[in-house]
Amino acid sequence: MEMKPLTRLLLGLVCLLVAIWLVAPTLVVVPMSFNENKSLAFPPQGFSWQWYQNFATSPEWSASFLNSLKVASVVAVLATVLGTLAAFGLDRMKAGPAGLLRMLMLTPMVVPGVVLAIGIYAVYLDTHLVGTMLGFVLAHTILALPFVLIAVSASLEVFDRRLETAAASLGAGALTAFRTVTLPLILPGILSGLLFAFATSFDEIVVSLFITNPYLKTLPVQIFSSITRDADPTVAAVGTILLLATTLLIGGGMLLLGRERKGRQ
Amino acid sequence: MSASDPTNAPVAQPAAEGRPGWAWRPFALAAPALILLVAVIGYPLFIIVLRSLSEPQWGVQNYVWFFGAPVNLTVLQRTFAISAWVTLVCVIAAYPYAYLMTAVGPRVRLALVLCVLIPFWVSGVVRTLSWVILLQDSGVINSLLRAAGFDGIKLIRTQTGVVIGMAQVLLPFMILPLYSVMKGIDLRLMRAAQSLGARPSRAFFTVYLPLSLPGVYAGAIIVFILALGFYITPALLGGPRSTMLSTLVQTQVLSLLQWGRGGAMGVVLLVATFVLLALAAPVMRSRYREAGRH
Repeated sequence: MEMKPLTRLLLGLVCLLVAIWLVAPTLVVVPMSFNENKSLAFPPQGFSWQWYQNFATSPEWSASFLNSLKVASVVAVLATVLGTLAAFGLDRMKAGPAGLLRMLMLTPMVVPGVVLAIGIYAVYLDTHLVGTMLGFVLAHTILALPFVLIAVSASLEVFDRRLETAAASLGAGALTAFRTVTLPLILPGILSGLLFAFATSFDEIVVSLFITNPYLKTLPVQIFSSITRDADPTVAAVGTILLLATTLLIGGGMLLLGRERKGRQ
Repeated sequence: MSASDPTNAPVAQPAAEGRPGWAWRPFALAAPALILLVAVIGYPLFIIVLRSLSEPQWGVQNYVWFFGAPVNLTVLQRTFAISAWVTLVCVIAAYPYAYLMTAVGPRVRLALVLCVLIPFWVSGVVRTLSWVILLQDSGVINSLLRAAGFDGIKLIRTQTGVVIGMAQVLLPFMILPLYSVMKGIDLRLMRAAQSLGARPSRAFFTVYLPLSLPGVYAGAIIVFILALGFYITPALLGGPRSTMLSTLVQTQVLSLLQWGRGGAMGVVLLVATFVLLALAAPVMRSRYREAGRH
């Protein structure tokens, strides 16, 4: 589209503002985490590592961090297995029932968090699942399932099923065909599903706030209660650590992917 | 809870495509996920509907109470108003951004895409904390304003603050569908319009804008629906005068132990969400089909 220089300049300026608006909140925790005072007022004063030390040594923070890691790891595996199986099932069904079931399985994405949270809380109160690992794993798995389903279904859509027929005609059983042909080809979809499932669980807050108790907190719950209690820069330190970890993880993943792609060519 | 039990049997059996008697296999594969779905989503939602109709006694008293109290109606109206504002802000901010993504080279595009994805890299709760740091009275924005010689403005605990924070969280859900529609628009159509004598602005409004509308619809519906159910951002950035429906549900259930009333509010929120989805589905499907035809 031909644009006048003025229009072009304005467009660039607006987009720069939008980009700042998107990114600034991500980065503002970094300077705050080195604050010398126990305050979240801007600008931060002095320089200190004390909030990182606090995160590493306070039992409250480290316990919640470990809980989140545990729950998210189990959820990632469970949701990936269930979601992949379901994606296969839906892929091999007639369009009618498949469409209906897919819609059902995506409902966790659109049901308002609080409505789901009070429902699960009600059921957990009756079944004594409040404040248990199992309770967190079950709730987070169902919230992570849609992401796995979407990721794996997308890979299955471009997967050529004649390859399985070819493997079968060469004498491979269904399991062998799946392991040696199908699985390697849809693995990227499964892995991205796994990653999404882990992230969903690690980040989940609304349902977690209801099914938590003082003995079992996940990291987001701990962060939330810290924010509502007082202005503790430990939260900023945690945010900075998480930001760094994700950056390394995603950067590493991109490098690996790039190398693999180059290797294949 | 063992992760392995649902994985056995179905996959391990020999290929039997098209053989009679094997039609149940796809359903067996989907069954574990469905069972969990029914147990952890279906049953709890059923319980909420049940309680809204049965506590303290059977009847629709909770719904009568909800729609009869002006306070509740104010909050309901505000929830829709805030969601509408958030959607509007997202459309206005996302439209030029998504357009620029289609108009620049691969390097700049990568940078623009990264800016959209970076917010997902930090935990959602931390992001809301960031907004507290930015918007509070001694926050970044007010410090900058004062340094520039202006008076500070009240942002935290106001509706404006809530809208700014929510729109930032939801903006990617607007930009991505918009971009995927815009990159499919054939720019030669614009040139054709201009060669036939249309000014650039007229070519934009009569050719480009209508073609990009499916993306606007898709993004707006997603943003609006997600905004309706927001809980954390309004809870931390808002004040008593910007309470949304989710907070009210939480108060009824956790603080007042009024499961019936809280449940009724939840059902109202749920029904609003699904009605919107149902209204949007056919519109979006046909629009997508139109957009795919070029």
